[in-house]
Parts: sequence; structure tokens; C-alpha cells
Amino acid sequence: MSTLAVSGLTKTFGGVHAIEDLSFEIRAATVHSIIGPNGAGKTTLLNLLTGVYLPNAGSIRLDGRELTGAPVHAFAAAGIGRTFQNLQVFFNMSALDNVMTGRHLRERCGLLPALLHTPGLARAERESRECALGLLRFLGLEAYADACADAMPYGALKRLEIARALAGEPRMLLLDEPAAGLNPTEAAEIAGLIRRLAESGTTVVLVEHNMRLVMGVSDHILVLDYGRRLSEGTAAQVRDDPRVIEAYLGAVDTRVAGHA
Amino acid sequence: MRASSRADARRAWWWATPRSGGIAALGLVVAVLPLGFANGYFYDVAIQAGLNSIICVGLNLLIGYAGQISLGHAGFFALGAYGSALLAARYGWPPSLALVTAVAGVALVAYCVGRPILRLKGHYLAMATLGFGVIVSIVLANDDRLTGGPDGMQVPPFALAGYVARSDHAWYAIVGACLLAAVWLAQNLVESPTGRALRALHTSEVAAAIAGIDCPRHKVNVFVVSAVFAAAAGGLTAYYAGFITPSSASFVRSVELVTMVVFGGMASTFGAVVGATVLTVLPQALTVLKEYELAVFGALLMATMVFLPRGVVPTLSGLLQRGTR
Repeated sequence: MSTLAVSGLTKTFGGVHAIEDLSFEIRAATVHSIIGPNGAGKTTLLNLLTGVYLPNAGSIRLDGRELTGAPVHAFAAAGIGRTFQNLQVFFNMSALDNVMTGRHLRERCGLLPALLHTPGLARAERESRECALGLLRFLGLEAYADACADAMPYGALKRLEIARALAGEPRMLLLDEPAAGLNPTEAAEIAGLIRRLAESGTTVVLVEHNMRLVMGVSDHILVLDYGRRLSEGTAAQVRDDPRVIEAYLGAVDTRVAGHA
Repeated sequence: MRASSRADARRAWWWATPRSGGIAALGLVVAVLPLGFANGYFYDVAIQAGLNSIICVGLNLLIGYAGQISLGHAGFFALGAYGSALLAARYGWPPSLALVTAVAGVALVAYCVGRPILRLKGHYLAMATLGFGVIVSIVLANDDRLTGGPDGMQVPPFALAGYVARSDHAWYAIVGACLLAAVWLAQNLVESPTGRALRALHTSEVAAAIAGIDCPRHKVNVFVVSAVFAAAAGGLTAYYAGFITPSSASFVRSVELVTMVVFGGMASTFGAVVGATVLTVLPQALTVLKEYELAVFGALLMATMVFLPRGVVPTLSGLLQRGTR
């Protein structure tokens, strides 16, 4: 059971406190959403949780294992996968190769076997290919398998990033605005996918502005504002928290807030 | 269904994509080519083209696939050449053992140089590799007790198990076989998890690292592999020519190698072979133009980059694929 424990996390850029003394825990096999107004520090937090940024203070532990300060690929090896808000697809590869690259941690990457194309490597490549094709099918992308990524539509690329992240069989998957730019039908498909992942035992951390999606799938929601925890709890608890309403809509007359 | 039929269609372009077909075709070309050779001069140009191709196939792994620049690969070439020459000439080592030892030594040098400088990106990496190349060329030119200085040094002929390679035919066969081996190794690497890792870190180092790819390790590995290819070609060149000078490590030579890779097509092993061959043969063919030779050569290079921006092989094979779809 993977549990992510964050304590006292702080990240500053110059004088700006992007994340300030933040502590929380994420339980295994749940859907944990992080929401907040623009600039609240959500993407900064994901970058800290994946090792892309080095925190100024605080610690990140996965199952009690200290990850703070480790290189990005070590976070990945510990079982943390993610997608990006602004696509980071490998545009110089086919969709299939993108997903196979996501399997890097599950592949043998010795230099000599690669140069000599040993039978063992050839076998592993076939297995890897089958697995990647399975994931493309799972995300409804099988038609694009051999298409170059730069020829794929936006919605398909969003799902391709998810397929690539899943290929590494992460224990915890961080999704940065997976529904941004998608139509309601596609967003509903993403919601279904997130539920299925959580049921299969993968912990999902979701950063998203689509509130219908967030409220529908989350077991637990963390609300950030100015890099601090504003509120935390189930969808219903967070929805009724006056501080959250204030942060999103500005200071509201208590009478109006009562009706909201 | 659609995806698999498209894959089949692409597989039909065996010469443009991959391993088995492409190498068989290259082997055929190497075997048939001498039928059109009128004299030893043709063999000499073909051997030079083959040796340059070996370097460029390796350099393309670094530049074309991993997206890391090197303006110092002539340095590795020269170290391979001088290493082989020194061990064979001054210490009397068997030439083949001297060659293998020199290449191994260069691999070690490349690892030690690559570890710190591959943290750099873009122009800074270009400057650092350039610096390395310049240092090698200065050392070779000035340590005249060992290397003979700017005058160069004699190299004994290549011999293996009692057989001494002297004729053009023998050298053509040796270089041809080495080129095929180089292409085979490079294509194997490209189509392995390591090859995907290199292409991935070329596009987005963050996304590659998130996928679990240890970017610094893979960069250093491919740097070493490309240096090994250059050093092996350097050793062969020394034995073939029988004489080497420090100019083999010059900056101009490094730039020439990068030009060959870019001209033939980045991220295309066969493009590297085409680029190296064309840019080796073309100056020879243009000598009939006498004083206009360099101007025409430059104009051809510019025209190619304007009209075939991705390099000769990728642009042409892309056009052909689109034409048949």
C-alpha cells in the first residue's frame, strides 16, 4: 500500500512563496484531488512531488522512503508517474514508441545487449510492444499506434501521455489537468478512467479545473491558495467551506454565501 | 486494422527504415561498387568515404538521436589513430591489439570527458567539446618526442595472424566489413530501449526523466559509443594511410564530420552513410572545376539545406512515403 507523506514542504522562487510549509498525506488506491485558483501552486506542487523541483525545505516520503533531493528518474523508479499540463509528448516518435518509452523502468537497458541485439532483448522488446499496444487499446488509441505523434489530435495526445505514464506501472499517478481542452464527453471518459485506475489499486493525484470532474471522482480534495492549505476533506466538505468559496469568487456577503 | 496495414506499408520501404533490409542493401552496394572502379584512385576515395561513414554513423547517434552536439570528435579520431600508431610503432605491439587497446583507451577518455561536460547544453556543450578537440590537436602537435609533432609519424602496416594488409582490395574489404558492422551496431542501438531513451531525452529531458530515464547516464553512454566509432575509424585510417599528422584532430575536421551528419540527415543511420559518402566524393568530383571548386561545393551544401532541410535521406524518404500512400 503506497502512502505519500509530505511534511513542511516549502518552495520559493526569489521572494515568491509558491508552496509554503505544506503538509498532507495521500492514502493508497484513492483519488486525491488538488484544486485552487490560478497561481495557487498546484503545478509547483506536482513538480515537487516528482522531483522536478528541489524544495527549499520539507520532505517527501513514499511508503516511509525518503525521496527528497533524489533525481527525477529516482522518483519514477520509486513508483511515481505523471502527465503534464502542457504536453510533453515525444513528438519525434510514433505513438507506440512513446508508450514503449514509458516502459523504460520495466526494460533492460544495458548498452551491450542493445548494441548486439541479443535474443533476450528481442524477446523483451516483443513483450514490451504487446504491453504498449494493450495500453493504446485501453485508451482507445490503437488506430494511432504507428502514427507519428506530431500528426495526432490534441485529445488523443492527452490520452497518449496517460498511456505512457501507465506503461511504467506506477503505484501513484499524478495527472496535471487531464481534462483541459477536452469536450464534456472526453472529460467523462477521463473520469471513468480515473475511477478504474483507483479500483485497480493505483493511487491517483488529480490537478484539475473542471469541477464537475473533480467533485465526481475524488475521495479526498486538498484546496490550495497562495501555496498554503486552504481546506481539505471530501467533495461535500470542501464544496461547503466558506473559505473555499471566498478564494474562488472573492469575499462574498455571508447572506449570499448562505444561499450558495 | 488500419494501423497494422499502415505498418505493413511502411515495412515495404525496407531501405528507408531498418535493420535487416537496409544492411543487406548496403552490403550489396559495398560488394558491387568495385565493379565500376577503373583504378586504385577509386578504391582510395571509396575507402576514405567508408572510414568517414563509420565516424558519422557513431556521431549521428550522439547528434541526430540524442540531440547532443560535439565539435571535438576529430579529437577522438586522432587519439584512436595516434594510440594505435604509437603502440604498434614505438612499442612493437601487434597492430590489431594496438587498435583494440587504443579504442578502449579512447572509450575511457570519452567517459571521463563526457561525465562533466554533458551536463552542459547547446552552445556551452559545443564550446566544451570544441575545447577538448583543440587540446588534443595541440598536444599531438607539440609532444614531438612521442608523436613526431607537426611532421606526423609513420605507421607500420596492419597485420593479423601473419596476413599483412597492403593492397587497395584488402583495405576496401576491411573498411567495408567494418562499416557494415558499425551500421548493424548503430541500428541495433537505435531500435532498443536505449535508442528510445536517447530520442526521448532529445525531445524533452523532463518527460524522459519522469519515464524513469537516467538522462546523464544515457548521454555519457552514447558519447562513449560515438567516440569509440571515431577512434576505431582513426586506428584503421592510420594503418591504411601509413602516416598520420596532427591535422587529423583539427577543428575543421570536426566541423566537417558534423556537416556530413547534418547533410545526410539527422537521426538516420543510412543518412549518415550517404552524407559522409557524398561529402567525401563530391570535392574529388569537383576538382575539374579548379578554382571554383570550393564555391560550387558551398553552394551545393546551401541548396541542399534549403531544399532538403531535414537532410538528404529523411527528406527524400519522407517524400517517397507520402507519394505512395
